[in-house]
Amino acid sequence: MAESIPVEEHHGDPAGDHGHHEMSFVSKYVFPLDHKIIAMQYLFTGMFMALIGGFFSYVFRMQLAFPGMEVPGWGVVSPADYNALVTNHGTIMIFWVAMPVLIAAFGNYLIPLMIGADDMVFPKINRLSYQVFLVSAIVILGAFFVEGGAFGGAWTAYPPLSTKAEYNLTGLGSTLWITAVFLEFVAFLLGGINFIVTCMNSRAPGMKMWDIPMVVWMIVIASILFMLSVGPLLAGGIMMIFDQNLGTAFFDPDRGGDPILWQHLFWFFGHPEVYVVLLPAVGIVADVMTTFSRKKLFGYKTVLYTAIGTGVLSFTVWAHHQFIAGIDPRMANVFTVTTLLISVPIAEMLFVYIATLYGGSITLTTPMLWALAFIFEFLIGGITGIFLGASGNDIYMHDTYFVLAHFHYTFYPIAIIGTYAGFTYWFPKMFGKMMNDTLGKLHFWLTIIPFNLIFLPLFVLGASGQHRRIYDFTNYPELAQPWQQDLRILASVSLCVMLGAQVLFFYNVITSWMSGKKAEKNPWKANSLEWTADSPPPHGNWPEGLPNCYRGPYEYSHPDREEDYWPQNEPA
Amino acid sequence: MSDHAETADGHDEHGDSHYIKIYFWLLGLLIVSYIGPEFGIQWLTLITAFGIAIVKAYLVTVHFMHINLTPRYVVYTVATSLIFMLLFFAGAAPDVMKDSGTNWQKPAWIEAERAYEAGEVSGVADHGDDHGAGHGDEAGHGEESGH
Amino acid sequence: MSEMPIATTRSAAGMPTARLAVWWIIASEIVIFGGVLGSYIMHRLAHGIWADYAANTNTEIGLINTFVLLTSSLAAVLAHQAAERGDGQRAANLLYATTGGGLVFLCIKGYEWSYEISHGMTITANTFWSFYYTAAGIHALHVIAGMILMVITAGWAKKNEHLHRVEIIGVYWHFVDVVWIFLFPLLYIAK
Repeated sequence: MAESIPVEEHHGDPAGDHGHHEMSFVSKYVFPLDHKIIAMQYLFTGMFMALIGGFFSYVFRMQLAFPGMEVPGWGVVSPADYNALVTNHGTIMIFWVAMPVLIAAFGNYLIPLMIGADDMVFPKINRLSYQVFLVSAIVILGAFFVEGGAFGGAWTAYPPLSTKAEYNLTGLGSTLWITAVFLEFVAFLLGGINFIVTCMNSRAPGMKMWDIPMVVWMIVIASILFMLSVGPLLAGGIMMIFDQNLGTAFFDPDRGGDPILWQHLFWFFGHPEVYVVLLPAVGIVADVMTTFSRKKLFGYKTVLYTAIGTGVLSFTVWAHHQFIAGIDPRMANVFTVTTLLISVPIAEMLFVYIATLYGGSITLTTPMLWALAFIFEFLIGGITGIFLGASGNDIYMHDTYFVLAHFHYTFYPIAIIGTYAGFTYWFPKMFGKMMNDTLGKLHFWLTIIPFNLIFLPLFVLGASGQHRRIYDFTNYPELAQPWQQDLRILASVSLCVMLGAQVLFFYNVITSWMSGKKAEKNPWKANSLEWTADSPPPHGNWPEGLPNCYRGPYEYSHPDREEDYWPQNEPA
Repeated sequence: MSDHAETADGHDEHGDSHYIKIYFWLLGLLIVSYIGPEFGIQWLTLITAFGIAIVKAYLVTVHFMHINLTPRYVVYTVATSLIFMLLFFAGAAPDVMKDSGTNWQKPAWIEAERAYEAGEVSGVADHGDDHGAGHGDEAGHGEESGH
Repeated sequence: MSEMPIATTRSAAGMPTARLAVWWIIASEIVIFGGVLGSYIMHRLAHGIWADYAANTNTEIGLINTFVLLTSSLAAVLAHQAAERGDGQRAANLLYATTGGGLVFLCIKGYEWSYEISHGMTITANTFWSFYYTAAGIHALHVIAGMILMVITAGWAKKNEHLHRVEIIGVYWHFVDVVWIFLFPLLYIAK
């Protein structure tokens, strides 16, 4: 072990330590230790799973718009198919798309580069984390090919539907589902420990707490939230596997158990999970926005404190998912108050972002468009959440499409818009090429407009009483009036347009990667340390020696300087 | 690693004998916690069981795991996860500890407790049948939200 | 250890990377055990009859197992001391002793469980026994994981390599011990 740290940092050759020999393809790309390659593995696995999750949504949206039709690419959707599709759409999009891309891919890629380290602190654990994640992805997809098909008891897996094979009719599928979720959590615990420890311990010399870029802070806070909230659900997962396969009765009221216990175990994790994926997106937006408005982040510490405050508060709101589950009404009061409280720090955060934009010299590049869209769309998601947080109103709204639309107005900005903002922003660093801006903007508009056309109608449908779990609305005449069906068709057609627009994105990525304009080290003239490395950074990130840090990451348009940016590694 | 220099000043002042001393303290406490229930006083049992468990855990975390030699934020982190568990308990217990609530009841619990109060079952004997498997009363926890 | 990145050798947070990581692991383990034990305590407090179920657990075996784990913890902390002094061979021997303690613990547990299962107190008998086996089973998995890591660490320590890892695995083992310190009164003493 290297004992003499400071000497090595300034004169040593970090890449020489572990990157001097040519590695074979397999050891470089299949079993990598390099954090950037692992990040790419997470990114591409996440994108692949996003395609699958998107395909699922296309199939069941077609069924809802045109009941009984033969959906191209799937065939006639049976009720069991429908249940499996909606369940796995939800599970995959949250646990196999949002988490791996936002936390694992961006975390792995950005944390070492942004804090000026040559790698994660535990490269082998990092690799193990991806491998466990890959196994979990195979398990959840494999459930579609076992007898009985994939689990169809909704992504919340409430017992008794999830525990009793005679109800869900997918005995093995249910067990595979909970096993896959369990493995995925283990993968992210391993990854999360890596992120937290790397950021705490391996910062560049001179980088103080307030000099860490916001996106790194947010990914670390998210990892902490994940670690402190996931335990009960891991325990609950074991209990559920026992209920399914050994015949225990943890969640069976007929034999001494309690189904509400599962709901508590699930949502104690499930609600902080929202903030686990929200915070990295918020961090990405902070970095993109300051770069393209050439202004210092308004209230760096405010954002940080609100993020921590949100994190702590997020542990106190979970039962607002259970208002009609028969929980104690007095507890419902408490959880209503905390739920409404949590909108305060998030609103504060959005105000800080708007204040950052105010008076800046804004360039509307593709990443900036995504970042602005994030703020706008997430605002709609947040405000509709206030309706649902009030327990009295929730009794009417619960399990309607209003909830569904609210949820998608929060998660879509997080998982899709936030990801696109980050991906287009760091694409030059990741692949060494510039993306085509025209195609990028076209893709942006063709995604944002259909997105709103999908989910705005669903608010209206939800308010008119449309229940979430209905497979064919023609069986319910009061829910199958022509105007309602028209709105459903509008949503489904918009979905097809939006999914089709993603072809543009993939085309853009591939052509830019193959033959795009070569990116320089710092194409956006940004401050943080990753822009001082080559594009793409070699193994070891800074072969010529790791950088030092002298100031915060958001010193844009400093009055004393000619340049309007001030890289963190430049001595005063 | 660089931890030798840092921990040496903390650890070396007490040698192996210090740990053996702590170990015998732990054994003594273990005996006390075993004897506690012999008196048959409930509050005393609770103290000897859980009070001593906390003391033992304290001795192990401080003297064996050296949490006092780590930076303060480690203590805060561990304390935070414990506090969040209390929070979970506080939020879930009001529902889980009840045998009936708004539009639901747990038939097996109600029956088991009734039989226990009435002295019909002791729980000490074989437990094959004392959790009202019968009753066929599935309506109690069904999903009717009739009103 | 040429493959170790410079990142691993830094300690901006004032504590070596591995020790920092093991404390984070412990924080995340606390909530795992907190979930299952919290659920157990809720049920236990709510039901008088569970005291009678709990009366069937064998306190003497729980006592012996606590003694075994405490002793193995002593061996682990002495191994850490030996490693601090650079005495890899002694550290390795003490780690093997710790592993042996884990093995004795598991054997006693196996005897206890097979006795209980053969007397009708199976995991499906009622929710108390479900919690009993689940909580102790999750703990036993941690014991097994700790033993595997301990043997690997001892192999390094024997060659005087990675001596700092002796402390890391020790801290983890003490944590497993602490969990048992709470499981013992919860499952065996409170009746």
